[in-house]
Amino acid sequence: MPQITKASIGRFVARQGILIAFVLFMVGFTFANQRFLAPENVMGVIRSSAILGVMALGVTFVVISGNLDLSVGSMMSFSTIVVLDLHDKLGPTLAIPAMFAMTLCLGAIIGFLVGYLKLNSLIVTLGMLSAIHGLTLTYSGGKNMDIVDKEGTWFSVFGQGDALGVPVPILMFLGLAALLGIVLAKTPFGRKIYAVGGNGVAATFSGIRRPRVILSCYLISAFCVATAGLLQASRSLGSQNTVGQGLELEVLAAVILGGASLLGGSGTIFKTVIGVLILGFIQNGLLLVGLQFYAQYVVTWVIIILAVWLDIAAKRGKLLSPIA
Amino acid sequence: MSSGMLSTFLKRGAIWGFILVELAFFSIAGEQMSLSDKAFMDLDNMLLLFKQSAPIGIIAVGMTIIMINGNIDLSVGATFALAAIVLLDSMTWPIFSGLGDWVIPVAWLLALLTGVILGALNGFIVWKTGIDAFIVTLGSMLGFRGLVFMYNGENPTSHLNWTLVDFAEAQWLGLHTATWFLLGATAIIWYIMNRTVHGRNAYAIGNNREAAVNAGIRVGPHMMINFMIIGFLAALSAVVFYSESGSVNPNDGELYELWVITAVVLGGTKLTGGSGSIISTFGGVIAIQLLRKGLGHIGADTETVNLVIGMILIAVLFLDRQLNIKGKEELRV
Amino acid sequence: MTRQTQSAETANSKPVLRLEGIVKTFPGVRALDGVSFDVVPGEVHALMGENGAGKSTLMKVLGGIYQPDEGRILVGEQAVVMTSPLQAKSKGIVFIHQELSLANELTVAENVYLGELPRKSFGRVDWQKLYAQTNEILAKLKVGFNAKTRVGDLSIANQQMVEIARALTVDAKAVIFDEPTASLTDAEKVVLFDVIADLQAQGVGIIYISHRMEEIFKITDRISVLRDGQYRGTLVTDQTNEDEVTQLMIGRKLDLSRNASHHELGKVAIEVRGLSCGGLFQDVSFEVREGEVLGFYGLVGAGRTEIAETLFGLREPTAGQILVRGEEVHIHSPSDAIARGISLVPEDRKEQGLVLTMSCRDNMTLPQVEDLKAGPFVAEGAEIAIFDKYRDSLDIRTPGWRQLVGNLSGGNQQKIVIGKWLSMHPSVLIVDEPTRGIDVGSKAVIHELIRDLAAQGYAVIVISSEMPEVLHVSDRIAAMYSGKLMRTFSSEEVSEDGLIQAISGLSSDKVAA
Repeated sequence: MPQITKASIGRFVARQGILIAFVLFMVGFTFANQRFLAPENVMGVIRSSAILGVMALGVTFVVISGNLDLSVGSMMSFSTIVVLDLHDKLGPTLAIPAMFAMTLCLGAIIGFLVGYLKLNSLIVTLGMLSAIHGLTLTYSGGKNMDIVDKEGTWFSVFGQGDALGVPVPILMFLGLAALLGIVLAKTPFGRKIYAVGGNGVAATFSGIRRPRVILSCYLISAFCVATAGLLQASRSLGSQNTVGQGLELEVLAAVILGGASLLGGSGTIFKTVIGVLILGFIQNGLLLVGLQFYAQYVVTWVIIILAVWLDIAAKRGKLLSPIA
Repeated sequence: MSSGMLSTFLKRGAIWGFILVELAFFSIAGEQMSLSDKAFMDLDNMLLLFKQSAPIGIIAVGMTIIMINGNIDLSVGATFALAAIVLLDSMTWPIFSGLGDWVIPVAWLLALLTGVILGALNGFIVWKTGIDAFIVTLGSMLGFRGLVFMYNGENPTSHLNWTLVDFAEAQWLGLHTATWFLLGATAIIWYIMNRTVHGRNAYAIGNNREAAVNAGIRVGPHMMINFMIIGFLAALSAVVFYSESGSVNPNDGELYELWVITAVVLGGTKLTGGSGSIISTFGGVIAIQLLRKGLGHIGADTETVNLVIGMILIAVLFLDRQLNIKGKEELRV
Repeated sequence: MTRQTQSAETANSKPVLRLEGIVKTFPGVRALDGVSFDVVPGEVHALMGENGAGKSTLMKVLGGIYQPDEGRILVGEQAVVMTSPLQAKSKGIVFIHQELSLANELTVAENVYLGELPRKSFGRVDWQKLYAQTNEILAKLKVGFNAKTRVGDLSIANQQMVEIARALTVDAKAVIFDEPTASLTDAEKVVLFDVIADLQAQGVGIIYISHRMEEIFKITDRISVLRDGQYRGTLVTDQTNEDEVTQLMIGRKLDLSRNASHHELGKVAIEVRGLSCGGLFQDVSFEVREGEVLGFYGLVGAGRTEIAETLFGLREPTAGQILVRGEEVHIHSPSDAIARGISLVPEDRKEQGLVLTMSCRDNMTLPQVEDLKAGPFVAEGAEIAIFDKYRDSLDIRTPGWRQLVGNLSGGNQQKIVIGKWLSMHPSVLIVDEPTRGIDVGSKAVIHELIRDLAAQGYAVIVISSEMPEVLHVSDRIAAMYSGKLMRTFSSEEVSEDGLIQAISGLSSDKVAA
């Protein structure tokens, strides 16, 4: 039996820090406000986190493979606008697959640039952020997009419907999380992603086609973004061109909070879901204890710094950095 | 002359060549399409261009030194907004009510101090925790923005001081106040980076960190100073802009970090650190603004600007890589 | 030609640097075991030893990166304790590194005075002083560039001169050159040796680390030899010869006959005809039979690793043919190579061989993870079976398959990489520097393993910079020099002298004679 020592407790705290923080938050907020853990409140939180969460799932793939995706926010705006527009032109049955196809094309472009041309992902996706934003504005002519017949369409089911008493966005978020979690953890493809992100050179030396893996990750990210766009469009049935603006960095914050390293090679879907839920519950909890809505950003900031600091401090065995 | 020198020359001169191409293209295209009765290279138009470049440009100068140092700062947009609020709101504080127009320098000072403190905070965290600057400033981008919203909710913060507006709208020697600030910031930062020990050490750290450390250069303080400088410049940018407009929305400055990074990368500064030039960043800023105005001039929708800039950014990255490729001998990993 | 024979004078002067009984141990390895020698002013003192003999550890002790467990270092008469490279420099011990530590974007002057730029008020750089001082130093070195040149625009040789100039900014007592000629042309070498002679004339003590006998005998006054972390003695260069030095470095006459294959060799597994890759290597031809070990011996940069990388699809050949089992193949990627039965255990275990953030099992099965499927999932049971098999047969010491590979010792890590490729059942196994940075015990196991693999009918190519290693494991040895395969020795023909001469680029006539 391994002995329980101070060091091993320290390692445990460091490794599971985010989970511990999550539990502490939940307990704290529950004491502060009885309603916090009430089913309808919990459901409400997960539901409002679903769009950010779905995007975070895809970005987790990209980050584990050692890259960044800053374009998910403007890509989500694109998907939302496109599907709303096509809804009235083609009808929902055709609009949805058409929107997915277009979004996947954008993902493929990024994947090609980063994977095959080996360009820096930060700058490529920064450029794509701008380019896709321009594309969306050009597509919509700068105007808001609305479905004409808001009452008479089944399209609202994704954002507003319930199934088995559970809101559909929650089902889609958790269902996609389960599916992608299994892909990442259990399939050969998932294993390759970890290898490419952990050490791309060694992965290549092991016969793994790194460009193909990276392209696939961006395609998955694009798929998740399209799903998020679908949820967004279906919830509001109308949208501005900038609906996803700024989400890219919030999504990244959730992924990092979940413990994925920006260097690649580490992170899991489960932890990302925890990261997303922490962001959601903090927001909700702070409101319930009477703090104003925007305090959540400040709290998120502090938590991100502490979480990452704890993680790297545990790895180097020292609290402070060795930088002179 | 080795091929290395040729490609260096191409890279350093590229942004100015690009600007010339833009000028030529928009002048000729504007004429051909005869959409505008005014020439593109009209003096007033160009003066306005400089003025409009100032808010992004002043911050971009700061981002250049951060990137030369091997870091990045995503929180500049939020710092910009917070400094703007401090500027406008402090002018209404009761304790300053007896100052008359002397409240202006006090408010300026407070706003700039805000920027320096926020920058110092970022730098200190990067230094002491060893967390990557990308993550630290991603966090503070959210945090600082939270502070902005906590200040006045989603309402704009407004205060117009006509003395200040007159100052901000003035033209000296033909150039607008904002332009002078942009030129001044560029000149001073250029001097710091090229003529002072701090600047040269910052280059050394970004270029070969291990060698710098072995030579006894203290990395932490240099990084912190640079973060304080960019905080100061983000605040300065806010001061210059909001002195004139007099009203700040809590969303103002969003995505500034991305525009700023785009300008810096267009100017040829590397994300990996160690190389980059303040003057080229200035070129990058002008090139982007020229593109915005130029597309408008030839009658393209303003929307296409984003599309074009995004594609140009990626194209620049691609060309840069092609120039550095070693051909068939390169290891394929 | 520029060599100054000063041994007579220097023998009497007080040493500038003296090491006394330096011991440094790492878990499981005694890297330095009582090393003592001294350097007198104006002397060029060669430090020799096979790879792994302890030279680099010794240099790290001298450079303040490691602290010795026992023994002391004296500069002049004074015992010193050094805890950083900066401190070593302040004591007058200066390194000219093999990998240059320069900031390429800065000027020569800024690099020479890195961290010590002369200041004026308000933190401004005193450029006049900086350039004047630098040009003064550069004048002494008689180089063809000036203080304002950007370092990135200089050739490697000139960059080395910048490092030497940096050494001259302090009152250098001892300057240590680590393989300084590794990437220099002959003309550049002449310039370097002139500079070394000048330093000598100024009374600086020089430690010169190199594998190249020719140079050692040309410019050094004394030669100290390390073997397995132990000091084996110091020879006066004028009074010794290459054989004696080699003897001291290797320490034993190896019984080569016991390594010759006793089993029958099979068919030709891989044949290479006139293979070239740009300036890296040219017109290389060889063949390896089943059951045979072909050793590739040569200096770093001779093109050995590049040949392996080309066979493995990581580089595109510019000419020549590769035939696997008599059939011409075109290999464009590692997966092509793997499909043809070629495996590569790369030279840099941590950068190329392993994903340190993954478990032992996951690393071992990485190349075949696509084939180990149960439905859409990875068949973890099959993976564990493979891991267990090679853990037992290779004697890998690990608490379990979950262990992160980054937590294992170098020897065990290398066995994971070897196991990874053995589990692919390759027909040709290439191992590049299989025992670099590995303790003595694991070395022997890996050597044994390579012989066993040959006995089982594998065709094996071993690339090594360590002569005892190639001699020990190979049936035949290909000697490379500067991108050319100079000669292939059969086990009857091979001799240490012949090998050393072949890899130093001496003409093959002379070798044959």
